[in-house]
Amino acid sequence: MNLLDTLLRCAAALVVFLTFPLIIGQTEHKVMAHMQGRLGPMYAGGFHGWAQLVADGVKFAQKEDIVPAGADRRVFQLAPAVSLLPYLIVLLAIPVGPDGFVGQAVDAGLFFVLAVMGVGVIGKLMAGWASANKFSLLGGLRTAAQLMSYELPMVLAAASVAMAAGTLSLPGILDAFEWYWIPWQAIGAFVFFTAGLAELQRPPFDMPVADSEIIFGAYTEYTGLRFAFFLLSEYAGILVVSALTAVLFLGGWHGPLPDDLGWLWTILKTFALAFVVIWLRVTYPRLREDQLMRFAWTVLIPLALVQLALTGVIKVAIS
Amino acid sequence: MKGQPVAAVAADPAVGSGYFDAYAAVGLLAVVGVLFVAVAFSANRLLRPVVYSPEKLLAYECGVDPVGEDWAHTQIRYYVYAFLYVIFAVDAIYLFPWATVFSAAGYGAGTLVEMFVFIGFLAVGLLYAWKKGVLEWT
Repeated sequence: MNLLDTLLRCAAALVVFLTFPLIIGQTEHKVMAHMQGRLGPMYAGGFHGWAQLVADGVKFAQKEDIVPAGADRRVFQLAPAVSLLPYLIVLLAIPVGPDGFVGQAVDAGLFFVLAVMGVGVIGKLMAGWASANKFSLLGGLRTAAQLMSYELPMVLAAASVAMAAGTLSLPGILDAFEWYWIPWQAIGAFVFFTAGLAELQRPPFDMPVADSEIIFGAYTEYTGLRFAFFLLSEYAGILVVSALTAVLFLGGWHGPLPDDLGWLWTILKTFALAFVVIWLRVTYPRLREDQLMRFAWTVLIPLALVQLALTGVIKVAIS
Repeated sequence: MKGQPVAAVAADPAVGSGYFDAYAAVGLLAVVGVLFVAVAFSANRLLRPVVYSPEKLLAYECGVDPVGEDWAHTQIRYYVYAFLYVIFAVDAIYLFPWATVFSAAGYGAGTLVEMFVFIGFLAVGLLYAWKKGVLEWT
C-alpha cells in the first residue's frame, strides 16, 4: 500500500466531509427561504449570505460548553463524535467516477457502508441517555426505534441492487449498471431514499427531534461545538444518503457525457437528491410517532420484499 | 486521484493483500477522523468562555425548573421494535452473500424458489407481528 496516496485520499474525504455538508446546509437555507417567500441569509460574506454557515461555525466554536450536573459526563461528551464519524468513514467508500475514482474501493462495499452508517445510532442513544433529561431520553429512544425500523427496508432495498449486480462492491455495482435498472429498481429506490430520510430524522420523519413535544430530542442539553457536530452529522448524512441513492439506483457516474466527466454526474445526481430532501422538508408536515413506525413496517418493508421478488425473477429471466 | 489503479486492484477479492489494504485505508481514515475531533474539541477548549452558575447545569425542561427524576419511565413499545429489528435484520443479512451468486450459471430457478421461501418466511413473520398488534398503537 502506498501510504502517501492513501493519506491523500483520506484527506480528500475529510475535505469533502467538511465542505459538501455546508454547501447542502447553505442550499437548504436559501431554498427553504425562497419556497416560503423569504430571502434567507443575506449579510454574512456579502453575496447572498454565502458565508452564513461559516459564521455559524465560528459562533458555535466560541460558545460555552455546558454539561448538565446530572449527566453521565464522558458519555455525554463523546456522543457527538460517535454520531459524526461514521459518515466520514462511509464517504471513503463511495465511488465518484469510473476507473478507480473512489476514496478506497472496499470488496464488500455495500455491506460495509450499511454497517458503518448503523453505528451513528449509538451516538444518538448515548446522547439521549447520558443527558439525564426526560426529553432527551425520550428523543433518544425514538431515534433508536426509528433508525432500527427504517434500517430494515434500507438493507432489503440495498440487497435488491446487490442481486441485480451480482456483487457487493460499489464500483462493481456501477460497472454492471444498465439504464433499465432505473425502472427495474424504482420501488427499491423509493424505499431506500425514504428510509434514508428517516434515518437522518429529516422532516417529515423528524419525530425524535420534534420541538413541539420534546424540545430537541437527544440534543436538548447540547451547546456549542458538540451541538454543531450533531447538526453537521445531519447534513453529512444527507450527503451520504443522497450519494448512495445516486450510486445504487441512479447509475452514479453513468450519463450522456464521456466517462472523463463521470464524477460530474455523480455530484449532480447527489445534489439533485439533496435538493429533494430539502424540498420534502418544506412540503410535508411531521408524521405522528405511531404513523411513523407503522409506515416503516407496513408500507416500506412489504414494498422492499416486492422489489426483492421482482429483482430475482427478472434477473433469472434475463441471465 | 483520478485514474490510479490502486483502488481497482483492491476491489478484486482474488488479490490477497488488496483486502487488507482496503481496510487499512478505512482504519487510517478513522484515525484521521478521531484526530479531527480531538483537534476540534481542544481548539474549542481554548476558544470558549467558562462561566459557572448552578442554574446552567440544571436539566432543560421548557425553561421551568425540572420536575421529578432525571431518567423517566418510557414506552416499552420502543423495545419491541428493537426485538423485531434483530429478528428481521439477522435474516436479511443472509441475503447479501446469496445475492452475489444466485444468478450464476447452474443456480437459476432453484435459488429463485429458495428466495421466495425466504421472502415468504419474512412476510409471515411480519404478518404475525402485525396481527399481534405490535405495529399499531391505537
